Amino acid sequence: MSEMTAHTQTAQQHHPIRLYLLVWGLLFVLSAFSYMVDYIGIQGYLRWSLILLFMMLKAGLIVAVFMHMAWERLALVYAILLPPAAVLAFTALMVSEANHTILTRLAFFGTAP
Amino acid sequence: MEQSVPTHREQTLLPEGMRGVVADFSSDQRAFKTASWGKAMMWIFLLSDTFVFGCFLIAYMTARISTPVPWPNPSEVFALHIGGQDVPLILIAIMTFVLISSSGTMAMAVNFGYRRERRITAALMLATALLGAMFVGMQAFEWTKLISEGVRPWENPWGAAQFGSSFFMITGFHGTHVTIGVIFLLIVARKVWRGDFDTERRGFFTSRKGHYESVEIMGLYWHFVDLVWVFIFAFFYLW
Repeated sequence: MSEMTAHTQTAQQHHPIRLYLLVWGLLFVLSAFSYMVDYIGIQGYLRWSLILLFMMLKAGLIVAVFMHMAWERLALVYAILLPPAAVLAFTALMVSEANHTILTRLAFFGTAP
Repeated sequence: MEQSVPTHREQTLLPEGMRGVVADFSSDQRAFKTASWGKAMMWIFLLSDTFVFGCFLIAYMTARISTPVPWPNPSEVFALHIGGQDVPLILIAIMTFVLISSSGTMAMAVNFGYRRERRITAALMLATALLGAMFVGMQAFEWTKLISEGVRPWENPWGAAQFGSSFFMITGFHGTHVTIGVIFLLIVARKVWRGDFDTERRGFFTSRKGHYESVEIMGLYWHFVDLVWVFIFAFFYLW
């Protein structure tokens, strides 16, 4: 029975204020980092990976702590966080579609429309 | 919110891990054992909203990849002329910090709500609404600036025509969400201030007893608006 936990009432999401302040501060720092990527003018793959990294960290912090997902039961976590994977599949489809479109445009119309 | 309190038998022991997921989904009556229906419904609404914004960003991506015309450089387009030099993206950065701060005050409001400190809760929610209104105001300024520079949904002076349509569509929808959030924040803050959730006063629309969980559900919506901005900031402004 070690895998069982007791739940009293609806889990009231009550956590120390320090945690919220810490996440608040981290979000500020991560946003500043994102902005610095543009300000310094980093380009290419390094720029994109840094932007994506800071974006995912910020999104994770907001969902996990501010929206309390870290303390919800796994059934809710999976029900909400897995379906957006369909958006990724859609993105992959549209990348391929858009590449086809640009190649066709270049092949038939040259460089300018 | 009467249904939100699990029965005595449910309170006993719930399995954790994957076993818990299977047990929850295959159980009678409710799958989300510790989340009230109100919270679960807000999450499901937010999931649907995720798809809406996901589709907008995908449409923008498709337009940007497939146009042979160069895409306007957002770093220059959104620069402001301050103190004799162009500072790139500065207004967007300030908007980002304002929205994050509003998320912070909202999280604190939820916390103080569960402590049943209604005045602090209401004050924090008003601060959240004020920061949200500031955000919308700055967005209005940004739109005005771009429109005066000749950006239209069908053309702009710097490059690919789709820039304008993507920009107005994505930021317009997000701004609408923020505006609706501000209105709802004011409504819930008024209820908190009046003590509706202490006296369990019934709502004018649903006739259900008031509960401080409403503040948390309001918070879910507000944090989601901030969350969407994180993605817009990364993909539209920084990419």
